[in-house]
Amino acid sequence: MAAAPPHVAYVAERFYDDEAPPPSTVGFTAWLRENLFSSPLNSALTVISVTLLALYLPGLFQWAVTHSVWNASSLRECRAIMDASFGEGVRGACWAVINERFMQLIYGFYPSALRWRPNIAFVLLLIAMIPVLFETMRSLLWIAGGGLAIKAATTVVSLAQGDGFGPLQSPTTYFMVGALVLAYFFGGREHRRKWLILSALFPVIAYFLLWGGAFGLDRVPSSRFGGFLLTMIIGVTGIAASLPIGIALALGRRSDMVFIRSISVMFIEFIRGVPLITLLFVASTLLNYFLPPGTEFDLILRVLIMVTLFASAYMAEVVRGGLAALPKGQYEAADAMGLTYWQSMRLIILPQALKISIPGIVNTFIGLFKDTTLVAVIGLLDPLGLTNPIRADSNWNGIVWELYGFIGFVFFLFCWGMSQYSMFLERKLRAGDRR
Amino acid sequence: MSVIAEPPRESFRVDMLWNDARYRSTFIQIVALILVLTAVGWIVNNVVGNLARLGKDFNFAFLRAPASYDINQTLIAYTSQSTHARAALVGILNTLLIAVLGCAAATAIGVIAGVLRLSKNWIVARLMTVFVEGFRNVPLLIWILMVMAAVNESLPAPRAATPTLGGALVATNRGVYIPAPVWGDGSWFVVAAFLLSLVAIWFWRRHARLKQEATGEQSPVLAVGLALFFIPSLIVYFITGMPITLEYPELQGFNFRGGIFMRDSLVALWLALSFYTGAFIAENVRGGILSVSHGQTEAAFALGLRPNRTMQLIILPQALRVIIPPLISQYLNLTKNSSLAIAVGYMDVTATLGRITLNQTGRAMESILLLMVFYLCVSLTISSVMNWYNSRVKLVER
Repeated sequence: MAAAPPHVAYVAERFYDDEAPPPSTVGFTAWLRENLFSSPLNSALTVISVTLLALYLPGLFQWAVTHSVWNASSLRECRAIMDASFGEGVRGACWAVINERFMQLIYGFYPSALRWRPNIAFVLLLIAMIPVLFETMRSLLWIAGGGLAIKAATTVVSLAQGDGFGPLQSPTTYFMVGALVLAYFFGGREHRRKWLILSALFPVIAYFLLWGGAFGLDRVPSSRFGGFLLTMIIGVTGIAASLPIGIALALGRRSDMVFIRSISVMFIEFIRGVPLITLLFVASTLLNYFLPPGTEFDLILRVLIMVTLFASAYMAEVVRGGLAALPKGQYEAADAMGLTYWQSMRLIILPQALKISIPGIVNTFIGLFKDTTLVAVIGLLDPLGLTNPIRADSNWNGIVWELYGFIGFVFFLFCWGMSQYSMFLERKLRAGDRR
Repeated sequence: MSVIAEPPRESFRVDMLWNDARYRSTFIQIVALILVLTAVGWIVNNVVGNLARLGKDFNFAFLRAPASYDINQTLIAYTSQSTHARAALVGILNTLLIAVLGCAAATAIGVIAGVLRLSKNWIVARLMTVFVEGFRNVPLLIWILMVMAAVNESLPAPRAATPTLGGALVATNRGVYIPAPVWGDGSWFVVAAFLLSLVAIWFWRRHARLKQEATGEQSPVLAVGLALFFIPSLIVYFITGMPITLEYPELQGFNFRGGIFMRDSLVALWLALSFYTGAFIAENVRGGILSVSHGQTEAAFALGLRPNRTMQLIILPQALRVIIPPLISQYLNLTKNSSLAIAVGYMDVTATLGRITLNQTGRAMESILLLMVFYLCVSLTISSVMNWYNSRVKLVER
């Protein structure tokens, strides 16, 4: 006996297409709802932020871009131009001061006929960095090519103004052509060692290029150095010298030898305990007391020593953190292999410890680079030190934001670039840890 | 049958000093000691020679001589007839003042920015990223000079300034005026009542915690705490006839009188230091919150804790362990960075002892030594606080 079929209210006889999601959960409105108005508090924050942006951003943009003046010889002329072209009393940025003093902000009072020397030193610095940072010299092709392209562009401008081939006929051009050829023919992995010799020799070469006094190069006294040239000299020397000293100090602080350890600890804690400014005072007023009577010691060199010592102590703490973060098994395995102390450090411990400490190391670099501005306090003419003579000039009396803004922006580019590179490096190195 | 042979006794050779592990470390340390002693001896010898050549000596008697310079911002009585030691003390107090003000403001800014940077609100998170990256990547000295310029250039002169917040705040291009408390007769009763109520709050919290641990019953900690915080002090305040009043700044002639005057240099230094350090603290706060794994939140929800209790009991205690050590070292950095006061003319210890006293007396060695000893004391104090905290919150591992 067949049972009566159960009562079925509804049977789907075919597949239905998916319904479109409700409009409030997709697209722009959903994004708005999710990211800007998810709660009353968030909505309030959004409204406040947007209002603030709407209030200040257009004014800032107008000041910096649309109402700015790039060509004038004094602040008065700037204001006259603004009054004439944007209406009476409208004030914008007078970037003309940067335009006029650009070379001074870059080179300080370095003689203009000799500026090719810092230029070449800068290109050499880039070249010397490549074998340290990369495996091959391929990037040099880009750098030299880019430099030549800039040269070509300035030449085109110069030709258009009827000034002839002046910019092209400089030592910098010949140098970059030479570098380009060398990189093309000897840029392979097998030649890296020879390029590294160049990197090792770079400090000596750069010293003679910048200060001269030998090989037929005219002597340039330290008092002429200034601007971002000085920032680069102090920053690069500090960065290059503080890393090895910092590693040595960190190893000393973790050493079993009591005396070595206590000396390292005392040095590190002393340097980290006092502000850089007091160390710079030591450089400017005290260092001559510590040297044999009659020693004349260049102020920039004294500052370099102090900045390097300062950064080394911070570097030592960063590297020590890396050393401490390594699992103890690594040390024990290295000992078990029968490696000597230096072999185990060089082959096993330091490569891993330094890799862990990369973010800290780059942060120290950034801090050091920013701290170079403090030399303005002891009277060196770094970009910030140059703002005083520029603001005291009767032509530019009353200029404030343009100078600080420009200098701050350049520092921002350098420091932000460094931090982005460190993040890139971290990601790249972490890729090796994935299994 | 095996014979355990004695290792042959070697006689001592010179090359064992650096080839034999038994002697090597002693040998290296003795060499290092000799080198260090030689270097120190050489430096001391040079210093003695240089001082003798310049006809100077090394003593601190100059500290008792009259300073004969003025200090425009002092917390204690000081005239130009006071001694150099007094000037140094004024500077030390000014350094500590800016350090305390700066640490408080930087913490507030850092916590707000760090939390907002993690916010789900797209535009707020972006804005905070811009703020943090902008302040971290531009030198502090530029910020200090810019804020100083902003105060001097864009605020009105005292005569044209209009008081805001009901006369409580006057911002002029020479500085900022805020109301000053006037301590009348009997105001110490109010202070004593306030301090007593703080003690009472502490005891009430302890009692509530013990009761909860013993019986599981919760007591209203926050409500009672707030009541204890305000009510007794207010009652005493009104009973004693409102002894504490506020003195508001008032325009007299070309300048404001009364109230507390915060000089432009103090305001500029304070703002710049707080925002700069705040940006670093924001990163520490963000890192600390991110360091607590999401599983902790989920586990707390699974146990039935509500979101605010989860934050209070699960997330914050774990995040704080990560946040506080770098926070303390940021405080240390702020204190050391306050020496940049010299760029805007705020008279901290670097400006008084390290610059004016040094230049007037020519006692470079003594002044800088004292200056460094002061900063070393401050940083050793702060780092011992940090070590104490670290050892207290250290994870007890199995």
